[in-house]
Amino acid sequence: MEKRVTFRGWGLPFFLIAPQIIVTVVFFFYPAIQALWQSLFIPDPFGLSSQFVGLGNFIFLLNDEFYAASFLTTAVFSTLVTVCTMVPALFLAVVADRLIKGSGTYRTLLIWPYAVAPAVAGVLWLFMFNTRVGLVSWYLGQIGYDWNHVLNGGEAMGLVVVASAWGRISYNFLFFFAALQAVPRSVIEAAAIDGARFWRRFFTIVLPLLSPITFFLLVVNIVYSFFETFGVIHTITAGGPQQSTTILVYKVFSDGFVGQDLGSSSAQSVILLVIVGLLTVIQFKYIEKRVHY
Amino acid sequence: MARQEQGMVEKRGAGLWLAHVFMITGVLIVSFPIWLAFVASTVTHSEIVSPPMPVWPGDRLWENYKEALFSGANVPVAKMLWNSLIMAVGIATGKIIISLLSAFAIVYFRFPCRSMFFWMIFLTLMLPVEVRIVPTFEVVAGFGMLNTYYGLIFPLIASATATFLFRQFFLTIPDELAEAARVDGAKPMQFFIDIVVPMSRTNMAALFVILFIYGWNQYLWPLLITTDPEMNTIVMGIKQMLPTGDDITEWPVIMATSILAMIPPIIVVISMQKLFVRGLVDSEK
Repeated sequence: MEKRVTFRGWGLPFFLIAPQIIVTVVFFFYPAIQALWQSLFIPDPFGLSSQFVGLGNFIFLLNDEFYAASFLTTAVFSTLVTVCTMVPALFLAVVADRLIKGSGTYRTLLIWPYAVAPAVAGVLWLFMFNTRVGLVSWYLGQIGYDWNHVLNGGEAMGLVVVASAWGRISYNFLFFFAALQAVPRSVIEAAAIDGARFWRRFFTIVLPLLSPITFFLLVVNIVYSFFETFGVIHTITAGGPQQSTTILVYKVFSDGFVGQDLGSSSAQSVILLVIVGLLTVIQFKYIEKRVHY
Repeated sequence: MARQEQGMVEKRGAGLWLAHVFMITGVLIVSFPIWLAFVASTVTHSEIVSPPMPVWPGDRLWENYKEALFSGANVPVAKMLWNSLIMAVGIATGKIIISLLSAFAIVYFRFPCRSMFFWMIFLTLMLPVEVRIVPTFEVVAGFGMLNTYYGLIFPLIASATATFLFRQFFLTIPDELAEAARVDGAKPMQFFIDIVVPMSRTNMAALFVILFIYGWNQYLWPLLITTDPEMNTIVMGIKQMLPTGDDITEWPVIMATSILAMIPPIIVVISMQKLFVRGLVDSEK
């Protein structure tokens, strides 16, 4: 779509768009190209010179068992986060949608964890499950379960998943709730007259109508769990124990900043770029479809 | 959003009560971590280290918050709150201004490289800060912007989402308005300031809510570029307060800091709920 009526002149529009373009080039494109470039080199330990290795960094990564493990960790982590956030959100939205009065109040009460930063959420959950003072871990101890996410990789994973999923329930709830409210009443009531009970109506009518929003949320939640959960992992486990919670983004950070392995870190950045690119394309494909509906 | 008419499929009686029970349980579970943090920020250190900790607030609220705000661990939390406020407002305002200007240029002008610029802005969606941390850090260091507000704000200020949103909105502004402005001999910038900006006010406000929270909750970027505690933002500063090793953890002060870190974004979300929901839905389209 284009405007019919436009203003004349070239200088002004260049001037108007310049700030955005300058920021984009300086802080987005240049670093991205830099990452591409650095991924082809291995710097020497003193940072004085670097040796061109072509795709060597990538080949090394693909054969590196730690990198493969990090991929697997990321897959498990993002699947769990997505499920743990979407299922409770859908359930609460369905229940709230059935209420005539009070759904607005519940919405307000459910919204606020969205405002809590992932890193702060990490601190809150770390506090509850702290091995020495945590309330939840203490009660677990009382019933004979010895909680220790500092040593147990599975428990560490569980904790970062719950802490990451927690704040996102609000977000998913809002979208599901809005979508449910948009389901035409007449369709539901027609089905009710035909004798379809609640769960039958839900699975045969409501859920199919929710599939566009579900798919959208699926993509958004995966993107979230890939990138924005860095704060949760950094505060709770710092990738441990034994790298059991080192997701890809965390590995870029720890190899690049802590390990100072710039070549490998850049190559990992490039691989992540490809993943984000794919996810963005999927997201936009879907949005186009929805527009044409 | 509440439905006006009461349809025939809404349950009454037991089913309705059950629905309320589910909702209240959901709200309680979701709010529990925040409640516990609040409780911990109102009791003494020794009450926390001898588990189980209490689940009702104590009487140390004032002391703990005073200690956090004015002493903190490395730097007073008041200072970190201030840094966060500057960063969040700077990012939100900056994103809105540069996106408004570039959307205006893209929609209301025809100039060389227009679509190339548009695609360049679009591509930034694919470059989240997390995937280009090392080289972006080097750029910022090269400019001498480590430990500065500029360094905190500028690298996060480009916004494809906001540009698209304004572009979509500008396309719905009737052509007659621009036509009339042109006939009257108004300059483009006059048209922009007198007509376009006032019409975009609601969109700007909705975006501001979302972007403020985005800026406030940044973690990785401030962690990398603020080595000076004086420049820490509150969200990243909490992690610096957690001790490594066997130091004594001042949990009440840390939890008071956590509560202080969430109050501003929570106030924004709750008090501007309508704008927030609108901004959320708009910015994801």
